[in-house]
Amino acid sequence: MAKSSSQKLTEFTAADHPVRRLRRFKERAIEFILFLAAASSVLITLGIVGILVTESLPFFAHVSFKDFLTDTEWTPLFENAHYGILPLVCGTFLSTFIALIVAIPLGTVAASYLSEYISGNAREILKPILEMLAAIPTVVYGYFALLFVTPILQKVFPEMGGFNVLSAGIVIGIMIVPYVSSLSEDAMRSVPNHLREASFAMGASRFQTVFRVVIPSAFSGITSAYTLGISRALGETMVVAIAAGMQPNLTLNPTQPAATITAFIVQVSLGDLPHGSVGYQSIYVAGLTLLLLTLGFNVIGLWLRKRFQERE
Amino acid sequence: MMNLVDTSRDPILKDIRHRKMVDFLFSVAGLMSLLFALITLLALVLDLSITGVPRLNAEFFMNFPSRFAEKAGILSAWVGSFCVMMTTAFCAIPIGVAAGVYLEEYAPKNWMTQLIELNIVNLAGIPSITFGLMALGIFVYKLGLGQSILTAGLTLGLLVLPIIIVTTRESVKAIPSSIREASYAVGASKWQTIRYHILPYSSGGILTGVIISLSRAIGETAPLITIGALTFVAFLPTSPVKESFPFVSFQWLSDPFTVLPIQMFNWLSRPQPEFHVNAAATGIVLLMMTLLLNGIAIYIRYRFRKKMKW
Repeated sequence: MAKSSSQKLTEFTAADHPVRRLRRFKERAIEFILFLAAASSVLITLGIVGILVTESLPFFAHVSFKDFLTDTEWTPLFENAHYGILPLVCGTFLSTFIALIVAIPLGTVAASYLSEYISGNAREILKPILEMLAAIPTVVYGYFALLFVTPILQKVFPEMGGFNVLSAGIVIGIMIVPYVSSLSEDAMRSVPNHLREASFAMGASRFQTVFRVVIPSAFSGITSAYTLGISRALGETMVVAIAAGMQPNLTLNPTQPAATITAFIVQVSLGDLPHGSVGYQSIYVAGLTLLLLTLGFNVIGLWLRKRFQERE
Repeated sequence: MMNLVDTSRDPILKDIRHRKMVDFLFSVAGLMSLLFALITLLALVLDLSITGVPRLNAEFFMNFPSRFAEKAGILSAWVGSFCVMMTTAFCAIPIGVAAGVYLEEYAPKNWMTQLIELNIVNLAGIPSITFGLMALGIFVYKLGLGQSILTAGLTLGLLVLPIIIVTTRESVKAIPSSIREASYAVGASKWQTIRYHILPYSSGGILTGVIISLSRAIGETAPLITIGALTFVAFLPTSPVKESFPFVSFQWLSDPFTVLPIQMFNWLSRPQPEFHVNAAATGIVLLMMTLLLNGIAIYIRYRFRKKMKW
């Protein structure tokens, strides 16, 4: 092809052709739109943190920070209002603690079993069934806690009332088993096989291999599984709102009714609170506290992971 | 016959027996933990069914809630749930798929991408009720959308966005680069490659993610209570079809609403056991929808895995 004839055919060099320029512009525009979609996820976080902080700040004009942290009563909707967050935090920790006592042993054992003891085919069937526990709506779990688990527990603790933290905690625990087991199992299965083979070659049993080789190697992934489980338990709302009664109660006795941070937010939202009132601000303060608690546990999890990874 | 060595005294053999014992006990514990989960699942379904199934009849689906337990139904709740799900899907799918495609196909390795990725991981750990608080502050009061179906759909859309993004990324990632290279080799641009190859081939995975996110959204209660969804609704949203031009109306988006889980919660928080029967029946409906959606998702994933052979 002669150079002169091709220049006669078109005045533009290939890269400058209007069709190409248009196409390039279109490609750029599409990339930018897709970028905006991805960046919008950051906006969600900013929106949540921003609105929680800005709606909480006016609250501390009414209530001193010291009262908020040390007062042992939380009665923002009463005539004689007290604004001590402790009873709510206590209820949240208590229900989370009970949930973890159930979920961590069950989830970890189930994960080890699925990952180390059974064949791939059985796993393909059992894992989705286990994960179905996480798909059930939480309000259905609330029904289960209130009308199935509590009556059973009342046979063991006859003096226990219809609303208690114990049944709510146990049911939350069952609910988060799949979160713990699924991620833990993924982590355990990604441990390279030669580590297991080395362990077997040294004469270790399967149980010893699981606990001394596989779990320590998968520690980082297992920690993230636990962290996610804790986050879920802290933020769980409907089960505690239905089964634990909604009374702020500074107690560590799980057979008593109590309110968690989330249950309080639900309780207030069910009523009709004017925008800007102290009651309205109090749910944002509660939400901010919940977010900070969740963040705290996630930071601890991250720290544990980092610390362990350095040793590898 | 007598053994040459007395095995019962040999410390090594004793140790081996002990280890095998522990090993066996642990496998029993593993089986028990799985069984416990299964039994719980069964107990939950059976308990709901025994109480609720007799209540499931046509009137239950066609009646509004009522002061009288036996006349009450879930008409406004299931219509509300349906409208909210439509809105959720409409707002979450385009953004989620676009974000997933961007992160997998375009995103350069820089701090912005890292920030977005870290953020998506962390969104999964944020309690759902704080999404409700954000929606109450921003959508209801700052933007003045009110306690409407639109607000609810947006809230749940944001809540399930990370699920859609993550599943989109996974299914886009699974497409081998030879497909992209073949497309570029015949002169397709990046967007054409995505539009005509990446998106169609990953549609099975994306659809699975969308269905799973909807099954999550349909049972979500707390954020909708927080934005102030009503618990007693005896009317339906405005019809989307009008008699005069332009024949479609979006008035329903700004109507107040209730959804199935809120209706169930409302009945559950009443002291009378007759209302608990209604709650159980609503629970069965919810459970069936969730399990059905999950079943469809598993089936689609299975079908696509069989069909796609790179």
